[in-house]
Amino acid sequence: MKMMVSVLNKLSTLNNREDRTVKEKRTRTRDVKIEVKNLNLWFGKNHVLKNINLKILKNKVTAIIGPSGCGKTTLIRSFNRMVDLDGARVEGEVLLDGENIYDYGANVVAIREKVGMVFQKPNPFPMSIYDNVAYGPRIHGVNNSKELNKIVEYSLKMAALWDEVKDRLNVNAYELSGGQQQRLCIARALSINPEVLLMDEPCSALDPIATSKIEDLIWDLKEKITVVIVTHNMQQAARVSQYTAFMYLGELIEYDETEKIFENPSEERTRDYITGKFG
Amino acid sequence: MILGKRLRELLKNFMRFGAPRIDVMRLKVAEPLKRLFSPEGLTGLCALSSFIITMLILFFLVQQGLPIIQEMGYWQYGQYVTLLLKEMGLSDYLWLHALIQVNGNIIIGFVNFVSGSTWDPSSYEFGILPLIAGTITVVGGALIIAVPIGILSAIHLSEYCPSKIRNVVKPVIELLAGIPSVVYGFVGLAVLVPYIANIFNLRSGQTALAGAIILSIMILPTIVSISEDAISSVPKSYKEASFALGATHFQTVRKVLLPAAISGITASIILAVGRALGETMAVLMVCGGVANIPPLSLELFFTSVKPMTAAIAAEMGETAVGTLHYSALFGVGLVLFIITYIVNFVADTINARFKKKFGGVR
Amino acid sequence: MKAEKELTAVTKGVGLGEILFSIPTLLILASFILIMGVVIINGAQVINWEFITGTPGARMLYGTPLGLPLSYGGILPMIFGTLALVSGAICIAVPLGILSAIYINEYLHEGRLKSFIIQTISNLAGVPSIVFGLFAFAFFCKQLDFGVSLLSGWLVLGFMALPIIVKSTEEALKTIPKSFREASLALGATKWETITKTVLPVAAPGISTGTILGIGRVAGETAAILFAAAVFYQSNLYPTNIFQPVMALTYHLYYEATTSPFAAVNRPYEFGTALVLVGLVLLFVIFAIYIRNKGLKRRKGW
Repeated sequence: MKMMVSVLNKLSTLNNREDRTVKEKRTRTRDVKIEVKNLNLWFGKNHVLKNINLKILKNKVTAIIGPSGCGKTTLIRSFNRMVDLDGARVEGEVLLDGENIYDYGANVVAIREKVGMVFQKPNPFPMSIYDNVAYGPRIHGVNNSKELNKIVEYSLKMAALWDEVKDRLNVNAYELSGGQQQRLCIARALSINPEVLLMDEPCSALDPIATSKIEDLIWDLKEKITVVIVTHNMQQAARVSQYTAFMYLGELIEYDETEKIFENPSEERTRDYITGKFG
Repeated sequence: MILGKRLRELLKNFMRFGAPRIDVMRLKVAEPLKRLFSPEGLTGLCALSSFIITMLILFFLVQQGLPIIQEMGYWQYGQYVTLLLKEMGLSDYLWLHALIQVNGNIIIGFVNFVSGSTWDPSSYEFGILPLIAGTITVVGGALIIAVPIGILSAIHLSEYCPSKIRNVVKPVIELLAGIPSVVYGFVGLAVLVPYIANIFNLRSGQTALAGAIILSIMILPTIVSISEDAISSVPKSYKEASFALGATHFQTVRKVLLPAAISGITASIILAVGRALGETMAVLMVCGGVANIPPLSLELFFTSVKPMTAAIAAEMGETAVGTLHYSALFGVGLVLFIITYIVNFVADTINARFKKKFGGVR
Repeated sequence: MKAEKELTAVTKGVGLGEILFSIPTLLILASFILIMGVVIINGAQVINWEFITGTPGARMLYGTPLGLPLSYGGILPMIFGTLALVSGAICIAVPLGILSAIYINEYLHEGRLKSFIIQTISNLAGVPSIVFGLFAFAFFCKQLDFGVSLLSGWLVLGFMALPIIVKSTEEALKTIPKSFREASLALGATKWETITKTVLPVAAPGISTGTILGIGRVAGETAAILFAAAVFYQSNLYPTNIFQPVMALTYHLYYEATTSPFAAVNRPYEFGTALVLVGLVLLFVIFAIYIRNKGLKRRKGW
């Protein structure tokens, strides 16, 4: 009996060893959360995203870096179809768990339930803290106040804001500091249990202390959620992400593990950007 | 997949106005009813309602006013042609002639209507020139009084007035705008008219002067508040640059602020003109109601006049439906509608240009 | 010395410019005080509980010219009439107006259609009230055969108040930053949910201001109801049948002031009517300004 168990153990470890030797670049299909296939996007005549091919992996933090105007924000806004609001024309596919979200007949509301977003400038609703976080669940049908209480507490705890606001949940959101407001927005985005969280330069309007709190938060979040973060700050990308994509003028130049991008990038343009030659 | 793309192209080209967003396009083209009953469709219908109302107003004005215009054209030309046809023995074909007759008459009739210089319904004279002259006199007089006072007051409020006083004065001026016109007319009738009769030794104080004064008080709030907004929204940097060059406050106002705010001020004046043209009750009660073209002399403002609005209000009550007089009043209404439409259009264009210049900061 | 004087002259508080320019403002204030003063002083003589709550008496009831004005006895039916007209008009104008403004601001893209609709509304606002009266008579009273009635009054006054409500709702919606809508949509709300749950509650003060201003305008309207809804006398205390004409404060004032033959006796009562009317309307306007200022204060957050 013991022999069988040890043989089985050895067999299972054999498998793992095999996987460890496989290069991480070859990803297994069920590890891919969002797959972008030949994505092209136009604002009017402006060709903003040019033939993007990208695989965002599950439960990892992926950073998108690049100089201003290269299309980073547009790219992640295309992941939850917020580009519809900007009047964009889209060609190509964005597969969320294998399904194309730009399909004719796609349910945009369901897509946005799965893929949440945090914006650059904190934009809490002019309501109380509680109502801000409860807005999402209420929209999607949760009316039971006990359930809402639980969800609000859970979301605020995930956003590392619960201790600071737990005794003033009815206070208007605008009485919080900038960093707290941004964490409130993160809590709000988390309240509907998204599988992906898109963050568009979430720390650019914040001071260093608030920034580090949010970076810790992102690191913890990746256990449960896939995170895609757009950032101007290369050091932040290096700190926080496992995978990095470098974009320039609407094209995806390089996409690889963060360590590789920052220590030994393959493309010359990437190297120039990392070392500060332009940007 | 290809079909989906084609449908999308079709939709885009078909509805260029307010092109549908991508998440509306997921509704198939064969479901227009579903789209109609969506929130977008229903609110869109509501927005359409104001267009429908305007068209309805225009339609009924034209429909009821057509008889008088046709009549005034008929007497010019149609009558003679009908007689001629009868003489020639072609009375069987009179109905054909009636079709042609109508079109030609409308233009001539409208011209006759507007330029006829006698308004005497009891003797079937329906030229509205006296009414137009009455309106112009009263509105012109009101502008002469209100525009200088209004603009100067706007300059005072935005530049010279201490803010504590301004916070009291601005609401008071808005209150002035809220007083119903019939109260203005009544106070004018009870107070101003006897006063004018007294001072100028007239038999009756119901003159164009009274109308002009009352009307000017009514349009002052419009001029003051919009001009004040216009002057305040001139960027502070203009003022600072002027002061930095050593100009006095007055020079800055005269040479920098006023020219910059001129389109807003002009828009306010034109809007005030629009309001004054449409004002009924006040001018009805104090202007006297005599439909003569006032003489272009020193007595201009001391005669009794009958503006267009007053004519309609006063005579509608004693007119039977369907008579020529009834139709003539609708004709006057139509002329009023057209004039105020043009005035509003001009004001909007100027306002749009002003907003483009300063980004619409109010 | 002279240079010093000049320098201080510019920086001092009250110069020639201040005094000169304040004359026009003072004139405007003076005219306001004059008008209100005349109405208040003359009208206060007549205002008492019987006036406001009583019914019109003597002359009309007995059909003989007793030389007493109709409002001798009371103007309560006129107050009810005005209130009835206003309530119905608002019920028509507010839903239509708010929904129209939502469509224009939230659903319509910038373009020719949008500027066309905005211009149409602006034109509708500029149509003279007497033209509305003509239209109401031809369409509601004759074509639709409602006759001179409360219903016609509701419809025409509703159409007159519509542009005011649309404009103020539009302004209120425009001041709400786009980021709210984006945040709500990113949470998976539909556009309509975003509008009703996020945008409208925040725009509520602005919308209320517009509504109340509309009420004020409609309450003081005479020309539109002149031959479409108002009548000098009808025997009910309050309107019971929407196809019957109504008595209104404005029309009553106009009629009394211009047709009653015994001026000296009538004037005080007319002033009384005017005072009640002005009081009612100004109450609405002041309330609207109050709500607007409160709304402005709340917006300090963003």
